[in-house]
Amino acid sequence: MALITYREALNQALFEEMRRDPSVLVCGEDVALYEGSFKVTKGLLKEFGAKRVIDTPVSEGAIIGMATGAAMGGLRPVAELMTVNFVYLALDQICNHLALMRYMFGGQARLPVTIRMPGGGGHQLGSQHSHSLEVLLVHTPGLKVVFASAPANAKALLKAAIRDDSPVIFLEHEGLYNSLGEVPESLEPGVIGRAELMREGLDVTLVAYGAMRSVALEAAEMLAQQGIEAEVIDLLTLRPWDKETVTDSVARTHRAVVVAESPPVCGMGAEVAANIYEVVYDELDAPVERVSGADVPLPYARKLEQACIPHADDVVRAAHRTLGRA
Amino acid sequence: MGGAFVNKRELMDVYYRMKLVRSFETRVAEEYARGRIGGFCHLYSGEEAVAAGALWHLRPEDYVIGSYRDHAYYLLRGGAPGKAMAELFGHADGCCKGKGGSMHLFDPSTNFLGGYAIVAGMCPLAVGLGLSIKYKNEGRIVLCFFGDGATNQGVYHEALNMAALFELPVVWVCENNYYAIGTSVARSSAVESLANKAKAYGMPTSTVDGMDFLKMQSVAERAIAHARSGNGPAFIEAKCYRYRGHSMSDPGTYRSKEEIEHWKQRDPIPRIKAVVQHDFEAGDDEFEDLDRKVKVALDQAVAFAEAGDELSRERLYEDLYVQ
Repeated sequence: MALITYREALNQALFEEMRRDPSVLVCGEDVALYEGSFKVTKGLLKEFGAKRVIDTPVSEGAIIGMATGAAMGGLRPVAELMTVNFVYLALDQICNHLALMRYMFGGQARLPVTIRMPGGGGHQLGSQHSHSLEVLLVHTPGLKVVFASAPANAKALLKAAIRDDSPVIFLEHEGLYNSLGEVPESLEPGVIGRAELMREGLDVTLVAYGAMRSVALEAAEMLAQQGIEAEVIDLLTLRPWDKETVTDSVARTHRAVVVAESPPVCGMGAEVAANIYEVVYDELDAPVERVSGADVPLPYARKLEQACIPHADDVVRAAHRTLGRA
Repeated sequence: MGGAFVNKRELMDVYYRMKLVRSFETRVAEEYARGRIGGFCHLYSGEEAVAAGALWHLRPEDYVIGSYRDHAYYLLRGGAPGKAMAELFGHADGCCKGKGGSMHLFDPSTNFLGGYAIVAGMCPLAVGLGLSIKYKNEGRIVLCFFGDGATNQGVYHEALNMAALFELPVVWVCENNYYAIGTSVARSSAVESLANKAKAYGMPTSTVDGMDFLKMQSVAERAIAHARSGNGPAFIEAKCYRYRGHSMSDPGTYRSKEEIEHWKQRDPIPRIKAVVQHDFEAGDDEFEDLDRKVKVALDQAVAFAEAGDELSRERLYEDLYVQ
């Protein structure tokens, strides 16, 4: 085991997959010479050269289209969008092309494309650089959507995404790049579509993903001090998400809180809650609670921005509500 | 090979191919009117010389990608007419199992990699195919068809810039039929020469009479040679005309009868026939033989389509992900 950062874990995954498979290439804005705006692609240009580590113009649509075309031509591209908000510029290529093509061509297109993009709030980056837009992509059939939340799963899931023969959206959180975690020296690819049970408990299930994983764990710690044992699940994959792990847990705890950084309307919280109601309604002792990001564009001012992001005490209060302790 | 057209057999083949496309579209219109084909359906009638000329010098391993007016690309690459017709019927033995339809034909066996219905959306895909060719040093090229309307899209300019910047083997073929649905080039593009718009990206461009097969193939031959020799992309603006509306649901009220008649006088099919008859001994009966061959091929295509049925509902969720 080695204690490394989330950034280093992602970087290692890219190195290992590029060494393993010569058809893997990295492309995006400032990924080569500048080594990535968050330095995730550090050192790649030096080892693999400009043929495989490609600086592109500021052309988000064409970056994704190029990756898609290259995949049709037999390559395995990893495209980076500098910030999640820039995905809006590329949505036509992602949702109208990449996601649909295999289906609309009757299964004849093979599109092993990974699209990495960092998002999330907490760094005063303002409305156009801090959003949580995973739901846009989760809503699109044909995509798989992964949200890495810690160094070990970041490395394992990025390796899995790159090896997957279908398009994978790989979400990273800007607030996690410096976070540390133990990562085995030799790590097999993770399983896309499988959630991780982080902590066991019989009183309430906390479902989270991305940066909300650590918020949920912190809340579970606070609840434990009050004698409430929370089960914590990190979804890790948002499409296809691991419904069974969640409903199995709720069948044991009879209460659930879903924590997401993005705004609540048609969000992952709504999706997870709806599934709980559909599958284990009879098991519930209380309505499912949602803790979500504020339903506004992220403001710049520090305190206002913090007010938009769920915190552990918000999760604790929601857990209390499910337990009838308002 | 421009000078190689001293060969009657090849010219007769050109006639056959263009006639096949024209007659296919005529049959499609009939089947559409009978309600056996649905949705949006865009016919290539009038523009045959553009695709036939552009594709004439291509090799089987080259990639072709294009817009939703895609029946011609599919057929001229050698796709089976029956599988295209079955696709339009929405049937399981169509070239995309009936999941694509008229606008989304696809045939990996001929390296025709699809018709796309977001204007200019396929242009960055052509860049990526070009990148894969250069990456693997394959010596192939990509030929990308799109209309005049595409030249006003943002992603089109991104794609042309990147193809030129990375010196990728892409031949851009702009079918300038003067109208993006009902809005003319004059009313939508600040620069009426679409070749001039492409020149900004530092690639060789040509403007050609797209109603003339011989001119079209000659210009395409040069562009293809340029791309294949590793010099980066080349651009062709082919001026042409579609005889029908934008799609089957367009009555075409924005164009005058005189304008349509003017263009029909320059029809590429009688033109190639006249060339053969001028340069060689060729009786009308030889062309009538080819016309009969076309009719047989299309009768068979329709029969093949009629015999099939839609994919069963149980297979609705197939083909979304690689299993």
